[in-house]
Amino acid sequence: MFADYSWGELLSIFAMQGFAGLILFSVFVLMALGLAIIFGQMGVINMAHGEFMILGAYVTYLVSRLFETYMPALFGIYFFIAMALAFVVAGALGMVVEWTLIRRLYKRPLDTLLATWGLSLILQQLFRSVFGPREVGVTIPQWMMGSLPLTDTIEVPINGLFVMVLAMSISAAIYVLMFRSRWGLQVRAVVANRTMADAVGINTERTDRLTFGIGCGVAGVAGAAFTMIGSTGPTSGQLYIVDTFLVVVFGGAGSLIGTIASAFSISQAQSILEFFLSGSMAKVLTLLAVVGILMVRPQGLFALKLRK
Amino acid sequence: MTDFPSMATGRDGRFLNRTEMLGAAALALLVFVLLPLALDPFRLNLFGKYLTYAFVAVGLVLCWGAGGILSLGQGIFFGLGGYALAMFLKLEASTPEATAIQSTPGIPDFMDWNQITALPGWWQPFHSLTFTIIAVVAVPVIFAFIIGTAMFRRRVGGVYFSIITQAIAAILTILIIGQQGYTGGVNGITDLRTLNGWDIRTDEAKTVLYFVNGALLFGCLALAQFVRRSKLGRILIAMRDREDRVRFSGYDVASFKIFVFCLGAAFAAIGGAMFTLQVGFMSPSFVGIVPSIEMVIFCAVGGRNSILGAVWGTLLVNWAKTTFSEGFPELWQFGMGALFIAVVLVFPDGLAGLWKQHVEPLFARLKPRPSAPQPAE
Amino acid sequence: MTEKTPKPTFAAPSRRAFLTASAALSASLFLPKGLRAQDFPTAAVNTTGLAVTDTEVTVGILHSVTGTMSISETGSVQAEKLAIEQINKMGGVLGRQIKFVQEDGASDWPTFAEKARKLLVDNKVASVMGCWTSASRKAVLPVFEQYNGMLYYPTFYEGLEQSPNVIYTGQEATQQIIAGLDWVTKTKGAKSFYLLGSDYIWPRTSNKIARKHIEKLGLEVVGEEYYPLGHTQFNSVINKIKLKKPDVIYAIVVGGSNVAFYKQLKAAGIDMTKEKPLLLTISVTEDEILGIGGENIDGAYACMKYFQSLDNPNNVDFVKAFKEMYGNDIVIGDVTQAAYLGPWLWKAAVEKAGSFDIDKIKEASPGIELPTAPEGYVKVHENHHLWSKTRVGHAQADGQYKVVFETSDLVEPDPFPEGYQ
Repeated sequence: MFADYSWGELLSIFAMQGFAGLILFSVFVLMALGLAIIFGQMGVINMAHGEFMILGAYVTYLVSRLFETYMPALFGIYFFIAMALAFVVAGALGMVVEWTLIRRLYKRPLDTLLATWGLSLILQQLFRSVFGPREVGVTIPQWMMGSLPLTDTIEVPINGLFVMVLAMSISAAIYVLMFRSRWGLQVRAVVANRTMADAVGINTERTDRLTFGIGCGVAGVAGAAFTMIGSTGPTSGQLYIVDTFLVVVFGGAGSLIGTIASAFSISQAQSILEFFLSGSMAKVLTLLAVVGILMVRPQGLFALKLRK
Repeated sequence: MTDFPSMATGRDGRFLNRTEMLGAAALALLVFVLLPLALDPFRLNLFGKYLTYAFVAVGLVLCWGAGGILSLGQGIFFGLGGYALAMFLKLEASTPEATAIQSTPGIPDFMDWNQITALPGWWQPFHSLTFTIIAVVAVPVIFAFIIGTAMFRRRVGGVYFSIITQAIAAILTILIIGQQGYTGGVNGITDLRTLNGWDIRTDEAKTVLYFVNGALLFGCLALAQFVRRSKLGRILIAMRDREDRVRFSGYDVASFKIFVFCLGAAFAAIGGAMFTLQVGFMSPSFVGIVPSIEMVIFCAVGGRNSILGAVWGTLLVNWAKTTFSEGFPELWQFGMGALFIAVVLVFPDGLAGLWKQHVEPLFARLKPRPSAPQPAE
Repeated sequence: MTEKTPKPTFAAPSRRAFLTASAALSASLFLPKGLRAQDFPTAAVNTTGLAVTDTEVTVGILHSVTGTMSISETGSVQAEKLAIEQINKMGGVLGRQIKFVQEDGASDWPTFAEKARKLLVDNKVASVMGCWTSASRKAVLPVFEQYNGMLYYPTFYEGLEQSPNVIYTGQEATQQIIAGLDWVTKTKGAKSFYLLGSDYIWPRTSNKIARKHIEKLGLEVVGEEYYPLGHTQFNSVINKIKLKKPDVIYAIVVGGSNVAFYKQLKAAGIDMTKEKPLLLTISVTEDEILGIGGENIDGAYACMKYFQSLDNPNNVDFVKAFKEMYGNDIVIGDVTQAAYLGPWLWKAAVEKAGSFDIDKIKEASPGIELPTAPEGYVKVHENHHLWSKTRVGHAQADGQYKVVFETSDLVEPDPFPEGYQ
């Protein structure tokens, strides 16, 4: 299939394709980080993860409308405010949900799955009642939708760059939080041994609530960022849920590095396959490979050694 | 799962204890007498459709309630069973006369639309009803056996098992939709007419199918009860509560799990086949993630530990869904969501648990004291 | 849903338009405005036990208001309710006011079949306006044939179907596709095409027809590709398109994928206003642009039979009435307009047949003309599809299309096209 093209063309296409893979990687990282915290650290299966993302997207939509109407001069930078607000709103809702729902279910992980599925149905209907069943169009500041032409054929989409930078900064922030802050220490202690953590004076309830809230908040930021590349509608969140869980499980629950590694391998595999095959088959093959590998190595790529 | 008291089973050696007998009789009364008398053929057919989901829920009681394995991919087996039968019915409906308008008469319409000019080899055996009936159960069971062996031998369990089965359901859906020339794609296999010459679309046929469906369901219930009362059932519960101790006692834990998973798959497949017969088509929307999770909720509402409860739960949720969505089409999702949450938070043992806690004590009080002493349960 | 209660004074222009137009019907069939129910005794116009009384007739509306498809189907529900309102204002059908029973298909095909059966068996509705996806139509079709109901189906679709119990008010694939391809080759000089679609029957069948036609014209298809419904990452295919450098991207992406596709296309530096490559779609109506954002699809071309911006008196009245009922921000897409035709076509058929009986309506339907249609004059073909014009619209940044081409004649519907199968 390459015979018709010059080396220069091929080279630039491979560069572009590599870049597409990196964007996909960043998207996966953003999708999965929040869940990796919630599922990996707390063992809660949050089926409403996609809805928390869409909540972030709707917050972005509202903020964009607000700026359009009242502060058109500042429209170019509304996106940053929207992301911060998405984090706060989704995180706050997450903490409420943890307090009313999740904390009663820590000993029954499979039941969190059912309860959060119910939550996702309620949130979907809520979005539908408030914003209508149609998708809403989020206007993105013009400077974010363009591309930087490097050569004739290589063009770097700015929103792709933005997603990449965002994924990196959030990963870094979470790394710092987890491994360099007091909260992170407490989370890791609770994950390693809840009873002992309690015994040494860690407020496990507060830690749990904060962890869940941060996980949901990160989902909200991801949702806000995805308004640049995807749709915002009541049921858009469901599009992400299977991919997200597979990324987290494949990486090995409990390991943030694992999540990033698995996001990288799945995205690269999918992106390369998509180039050579039709989209549907690429998706099936990627998923099959992931499931196959998980059957052979159920603990995922990186397993956290724990005493259970 | 240790916070659920395990069910009291098998100690008195009878197949059904007193309350179970009552429950089964009440269900039989409802399914075979009350519903057919009270409902017109249309509503009866609707309940027939609900009952096909009950097969899945009963299988889930065995896998999840007893065995502690929560499969989020039961739709796979429901779908495979349904598709197997749908293939047979479609071939029967695609006579050269009925399909004369096509460029290749005699093959299913969706193949013709996709430029397939000859029936693919793997469709051929589905000309035979005997083969189809075997395939309805065998194909899903073999599939379940492969999944089960791969996972349980490697001790994949709990949440991981759930998520992987969910992913498999997603893969299968994409495959069926993508290979539409062979599977009918997103539309599914539609416009099924006759079973061995017998028109399944008439009201009479639907009523007959309803009773066949009910009888099969009670067969499955009996089989499930048999498994639960047997030594196997007790091992399953022991495994659910303390898997490693069972393993250390020398039992081959994986084999038991594989067995019960395959049994659940077989139940689901029978349900799927009955669904195809009563609804008249099969589509990939029953294979995916959403229906699979919905089927889990039927089971949870009924009570994950109660075989009969699963049937009641299925009937109740579906009936509520239909009524609710007829009355308030834009709001029924709130109700469904609330139900999911309530069943987990407020009554984790479902209808069966409520019954045990609130209704049975009433019965006990009504009963005259001095008569025969109650067996301790 | 966020509907406003209809205002009582909105139907006058349409009514006038309808009356002028009705005069075009042959005199024997023409039924004047003041139809009174007593001229049509219920026993005579309803011999099969439909829900028709001396004052009322019940019809069904069957669309998804929950689930993923509610995004698309909301507009159809609104249009059908508007049409029913207007007909009632004009005195109803054979002097009877139309009452509707609305059921939710919940984006789930068996639910559609179940509700269709309910409408026909329990409610005995005289006709049903409903369905959107092919899958839902396929699911309800046996039900309509078994219980002898009448379905008015609004979506443009793949064809390959022709049921006496269905009136297809949208275009079938050849009507929509061929005129657009001819236009793009003639006026834009396109030589090579890249076909892209969501992975299900409508895009696949449509692309099959497109490919045959492109090859007939002696031109080249350089790629054909399908992505699962709901797919959100299109960077790889965009790269492939850049590599193949087609003149035209022929896109039939649907649903949420649409938004992702156009946003990513724009971000990848493909400026559609430069028309290198040109983008031609048959799946993006004004409704979809709401979600995509007009600035992201500015410059693309769409080929269908109706655009909101269509400049004719019927459409001006229709758009005005629609906005009065549902608010100024509402947009109207091709399917919404086709859904609006449903109740009107049914009314015309009932009045031509002088009866609500399904068999008589089936017989009366072919040949019915509707000069009041917002898209302009339409006529029902023997095969129960509509004769209609096909138009090409040029997407503007404000989310509307500017009509740049219109077929001179009505295009004949041909659901089983010879040479395209």
